[in-house]
Amino acid sequence: MIEFIEGPLWTFSLVVFCVGVIWRLFSIVRAGIKTDRAPVKNSGAASGFKSIFSHSIPRRETMKASPLVIIAGYMFHIGLLILLFWAAPHIRFFEEELLGFGWTPAPYWLFMLAAALALTGSIMLIIRRLVDPVLQKISTADDYTGALITFMVMLTGCLALQESWAGLRAFHMLWVEILMVYFPFSRLMHAFTFAFSRAYSGAMFGRRGVGA
Amino acid sequence: MNTNKLSDRASSAEQHILSRIDSRIASFFSSCVHCGMCAEACHFYKETGDPKYTPIYKLEPMRKIWKHHHTFWGKLFGTLGWSTLPDEQMLEDWQELVYDSCTLCSRCSLVCPVGNDIAYMVRQQREGFSAAGFAPEGLKGASERSIELGSPMGVTATTLLATIKHQEKECGIPIPVDQQGSDYLVLLSSLEIVGFPEYIGAIARIFKQADISWTISTKGFEATNSGIQIGNSEIAREIVERVVNAAESLGVKAVISPECGHAYTSIRWDAPNLLGRELPFKVIHILELLHELQSQGKLKTVGTFDTPLTYHDPCSIARKGGVIKEPRDLLNQVSSDFREMTPTGEMNWCCGGGGGVSAIDEAEELRFKAFHRKSEQVNKLGVKVLVTACANCRNTIEEGLENYEMDVEVVGLTELIAGQLESAG
Ligand code: SF4
Ligand code: SF4
Repeated sequence: MIEFIEGPLWTFSLVVFCVGVIWRLFSIVRAGIKTDRAPVKNSGAASGFKSIFSHSIPRRETMKASPLVIIAGYMFHIGLLILLFWAAPHIRFFEEELLGFGWTPAPYWLFMLAAALALTGSIMLIIRRLVDPVLQKISTADDYTGALITFMVMLTGCLALQESWAGLRAFHMLWVEILMVYFPFSRLMHAFTFAFSRAYSGAMFGRRGVGA
Repeated sequence: MNTNKLSDRASSAEQHILSRIDSRIASFFSSCVHCGMCAEACHFYKETGDPKYTPIYKLEPMRKIWKHHHTFWGKLFGTLGWSTLPDEQMLEDWQELVYDSCTLCSRCSLVCPVGNDIAYMVRQQREGFSAAGFAPEGLKGASERSIELGSPMGVTATTLLATIKHQEKECGIPIPVDQQGSDYLVLLSSLEIVGFPEYIGAIARIFKQADISWTISTKGFEATNSGIQIGNSEIAREIVERVVNAAESLGVKAVISPECGHAYTSIRWDAPNLLGRELPFKVIHILELLHELQSQGKLKTVGTFDTPLTYHDPCSIARKGGVIKEPRDLLNQVSSDFREMTPTGEMNWCCGGGGGVSAIDEAEELRFKAFHRKSEQVNKLGVKVLVTACANCRNTIEEGLENYEMDVEVVGLTELIAGQLESAG
């Protein structure tokens, strides 16, 4: 079972993930966009590119309007990024299985902090989704499925870190594979498409002389 | 849930909306994480607390169409006959959300963490709604009058000429009409011609002082565009074409968009795209021109207006047009006590009447509710004068103030400046 999870199932998930993501991104680009013929106030390309990053910082008004979701969102995303790219076992995995090179992992305390942030953040977001009338109105099954899978990936990952039992690592890997297969078919795609949506809007607002 | 068999109206809406789903919209739906932050940005949600006014929820019909045609699950379910494409009932239910409760103000578009331009999506979704006939009577009527009579309020060239004559008498300055070879063509909104004709006299005085060659065209004077509001690009193109033709035949160097928000959107940003070609003249908002005159030292005013006042940013001019600094520089020249609302500029709260909402009778109650935001902002400042630069905002605000029994005067910025001109004595 462990061999299957770490062998063929991993390869399968990786292929589904890569092909799926590329297909989704391609289908967005394929939908096409008409060139804007109106004379611009600022460069659309520059504003769009800038917006991919600058839009990560909310405006003061937005911060005031939705503090909870912004804080929980930051906690979850920052925690997740640290776990994904700076946890020692992940770097070892990237080096040995995927890339052929590694980098300095986060110290243990940072790992623990990241795990705490990510898990608490995601619990806060899930609770909010359950109780907030606006979120009840707009949430779909996909929102819950995606959140739950991501949560399980993080939870099993923390357990696996103890490395006391190989089965735990495989269990974590299994959840990662579920996530990777589900990813291209879901809203989890925002991890890639956010750059597109921010750039498109940023370009539009930028051309009109407004900072998005 | 319905099967794939949609009625003619529903499939007409589907086809029109589908044709509007470009890379932008496809990326927006792919990115939306259903976080609900857009709700906090929308005055209709904030003032009613009703989750159905959440901006992204207003796009459910379009999302379903996107899902059906652009995603794996949608295609799979469609093949199995479990399509969830919007039927007539859904379109009817959503008409209020798509029109009455969205002023296309774009505030939500700036707030969305993944950068979804929700206002753009609503605007595109309206194409399908209007094509299938699910549009408010008020907007249908305005569009028809625009096409048949040349103005959404039925203002004709005869009415225009009468107003011009009257204004000439008031300000004692001849107002050039259909003058070939002028530098600037001044556009108007019919609301100005009918309700706020002082605007015409104001520019006559300012332009005389600054020695500007300008004219008004009887063939293309109406700057507002009901086609954009109802979401019908064909109508929008026809309306904008009149103005462009008039400008071209007069050979002007620039066209001046009036104190009207969506007129600026129409002629400045949409016209070249609707017509599919670049325009041979510049398009400039009256505030941008006044600002230019100010920096050239050609806007000579005396004294200051001392009553405390505030400025309402018309969404289409500020958040959607980038004209934010100009009105402030101008106000600081003529006013000694200009107070900013919070939030302001690109994050201003909409008056509640944009995007055609002011023309929808049945939306009146909701519009007054949404106006509560603005009334509170004004109350906090304690000012008795509110300046703005859009005839539609002005009208909406006047009605809103009256509804909340507030004693605040609403003034157009151009008129305020004209009143302080050196030559005005
Ligand atoms: S703010 Fe943006 S991501 Fe969040 S629900 Fe609204 S449209 Fe979706
Ligand atoms: S554009 Fe304005 S009115 Fe429309 S949904 Fe967004 S915030 Fe609300």
